[in-house]
Amino acid sequence: MRIFETDLLCMGAGLAGERVAVEAAEAGFNVICLSLVPPKRSHSSAAMGGMQAALGNSAMSQGDSPDVHFTDTVKGSDWGCDQEVARLFADTAPIAMREMAHMGVPWSRVVPGVHTYYKGGKPFEAEELAEKDGLIHSRAFGGTAKWRTCYTSDGTGHSVLFTLDNKLLQLGVDVHDRMQAEMLIHDGENCTGAVCRCLRTGELVIYRARVTLIATGGYGRIYSATTNALICDGGGQITALETGCVPLGNMEAVQFHPTGSVPTDILLTEGCRGDGGTLLDVNEYRFMPDYEPEKAELASRDVVARRMTEHMRKGLGVKSPYGDHLWLDIRHLGEKHITTNLREVYDISTKFLGVNPVHQLVPVRPTHHYSMGGVRINKDGAAYGLRGLFSAGEAACWDMHGFNRLGGNSLAETVVAGRIIGKKVVEYLQGTDSIFHTVHAKDAVKQVQERISAIANARNGKENCYELRSILHQTMMENVGIFRNGKDLQSGVDTLQELLARSENIGLQGHNKGFTPELSLALRMRGMIKLGICTAYGALMRTESRGAHAREDYPERNDEKWLNRTLATWKEGDSLPTLSYEEATPWYEIPPGERGYGGGKTIAADIPEDKIRPFGA
Amino acid sequence: MGRKLQIDIMRYNPLDENSVPHMQSFFLEEYPSMTLFVALTQLRETQDPSLQFDFCCRAGICGSCGMVINGRPSLACSTQTRDLPAHITLHPLPIFKLIGDLSVDTGTWFRSVGTRLETWIHSNAEFDENAIEERMEDGLAKEIFELDRCIECGCCVAACGTARMREDFLGATSINRMARFHLDPRDNRTAEDFYEVIGNDQGVFGCMGLLACEDVCPKELPLQDQLGIMRRMLAFQSVKNIVPAFLRDKMTCGHDKCGHK
Repeated sequence: MRIFETDLLCMGAGLAGERVAVEAAEAGFNVICLSLVPPKRSHSSAAMGGMQAALGNSAMSQGDSPDVHFTDTVKGSDWGCDQEVARLFADTAPIAMREMAHMGVPWSRVVPGVHTYYKGGKPFEAEELAEKDGLIHSRAFGGTAKWRTCYTSDGTGHSVLFTLDNKLLQLGVDVHDRMQAEMLIHDGENCTGAVCRCLRTGELVIYRARVTLIATGGYGRIYSATTNALICDGGGQITALETGCVPLGNMEAVQFHPTGSVPTDILLTEGCRGDGGTLLDVNEYRFMPDYEPEKAELASRDVVARRMTEHMRKGLGVKSPYGDHLWLDIRHLGEKHITTNLREVYDISTKFLGVNPVHQLVPVRPTHHYSMGGVRINKDGAAYGLRGLFSAGEAACWDMHGFNRLGGNSLAETVVAGRIIGKKVVEYLQGTDSIFHTVHAKDAVKQVQERISAIANARNGKENCYELRSILHQTMMENVGIFRNGKDLQSGVDTLQELLARSENIGLQGHNKGFTPELSLALRMRGMIKLGICTAYGALMRTESRGAHAREDYPERNDEKWLNRTLATWKEGDSLPTLSYEEATPWYEIPPGERGYGGGKTIAADIPEDKIRPFGA
Repeated sequence: MGRKLQIDIMRYNPLDENSVPHMQSFFLEEYPSMTLFVALTQLRETQDPSLQFDFCCRAGICGSCGMVINGRPSLACSTQTRDLPAHITLHPLPIFKLIGDLSVDTGTWFRSVGTRLETWIHSNAEFDENAIEERMEDGLAKEIFELDRCIECGCCVAACGTARMREDFLGATSINRMARFHLDPRDNRTAEDFYEVIGNDQGVFGCMGLLACEDVCPKELPLQDQLGIMRRMLAFQSVKNIVPAFLRDKMTCGHDKCGHK
């Protein structure tokens, strides 16, 4: 069996993983990145819109500052975020964007003079200042007071990922692609690497590492209608959960994006609405201002997704063989803007939907998009429960997003958190030494081998993993969707528990010598169902509505009882996670208040004086 | 009712000594908006779980699913079956190492080329976190981004006549990549430096000019223009010390980095 030893093992080579890897490699440490796919194909590459950072260069961002960015982020999170982390993020974001420019990202730049922009479908003029000529530009995204989202046309994720991956080439970092982590190696106190399965040959490989980083992105593939890539199956969160000692944070906090395309579920960027696109109903009537007079289409995503669903429930959706949908209208932005700044949108609409957005309306509806929850880490990126285990990016619950993240804040998080956590990983590596006990690696390998053998030889039965996945998909969509209630959540948990029992009996339908693609999913299924249960059960227990977690039977935000974060650990042999709760934030620069959009009632909390810090101090 | 599709797929598992390359026919009912991603996934999940192929974003963004579709390299995820005849033939991309069936190892190929060509910004400037960013013209940023849009799917290499004859040919994707760095003022490499890596038969001078690369590029990159620009710049570089001064002045604007304008 091949064994690799390294200082830092990055599970995942998207933006967060690679940004941490750059920091460690530049400090002289040995780094190996694992990836399910060649790293430039990571799902980060699909993020079109941009990264929020308060650079304040553009006309519409005058007066912006990290304070304003911080405020938008906290409101967006519906006060579910850790304010210390959100502050750290907002303050560091401008530096991280400039650093990416230094590394080679071709950010779109300010062009001085009077320009025509759109807001809510109507044109207006604004003058870009001569003194800002050639500095990093920004566009509008939802839930923000200023135009703050830095972008490269509509390929932001792609161009930042290519820049970082090229940096790894320069630094000589080894990337082992087509490698799937199956289990963390640990002794209950220290994490010392992972057992992985090679997706070329099917062989198992041991990685011994002083630090293991989970940067595997989200777990959107537990839903059927998701914008996420096929690789976003929660692999990293699963390995953490199955240690039995590392908690996942706020798994019930799941974001639905207002503009998933119909029927493919491919994302159409928020940049469409940021640049002035509007949402229309079956009568081609612009309905959002009726619900949200001030922010309209640019309220936070949780609010827009709910308002769209509400509107369709009134029978005002457009009927289609794929279910009801609404229209996205960007026609008024004109051909030039659509085919440059929104080119991916143009490509996706014409190639996948058969619609030309220059002349036609584009069918959209709210679609699963983002996981606010994930491996719970502290502000330094260290996972709870195991030393030597870190996490970053969407895989983690850092937690700057709370119960709803703003568009442009997650892509920014990858490089901002990557920078901050990368430096903390370096400090950790400089300050500690590790002892690798072969017994723990051997144990882990044995467990993985036994599972593979049971599945491959159908020893416990011949349950079909594709069939189980489709039940998981359906249950998550129907019972743990945009609007939730106690009855549906309970029946969802019940169904998933049955499914979990069945997953022990998965057997392969066919078998290859070497690599078997079916086995990849078969090995993941148990863990994906557990992630589904963590989400559904966390949602069932949280008897309030906050951000993206909307309970029809508990419509108010209850700060008195629920100003906290759910932590889910999974003890071996259990059929439910063990839930505990911690305070959402160590202190408040902004005490809980009104978001200014979304409506809804709040049950106020008494925040002790000593928990309140002066704003911006 | 949709058409009945016949999909012939090349099957071969290099790890199985009993496997021999062969074509296997599958049959499937077509439905509206069906892409080859949907069709192949359905085949694996309902007919043959051993079938190997690669998809990731399924949105034409990540470049995972390049394959030869009815004789033409293309992305399977953004290919609608309604645009194809009812009889579809799928082969893996040539040139790249076969992993199994329709899955090929583009990752290793692109990484080794990237290392060889040093596809990163060459600069000695230190990042100063207290300084504002270097300014750049928006037009230039857009030009760089235009070339940066390559998704490394490998279609241009698979369609390349030169690459079929010459194993070490770098392909249009690499020349485009170098053109991207040549454009970028943050990269301090000179014409001589670029000449070192692509001013040869593996690079710009190996191309026979068949230009299938641009025809098949799913991102519609201006590969032909970039080849012309880089070839002109490097051809001049190779003769600049032997041509008379008046000719030299005509061939260049005098700036080392101006091969593109």
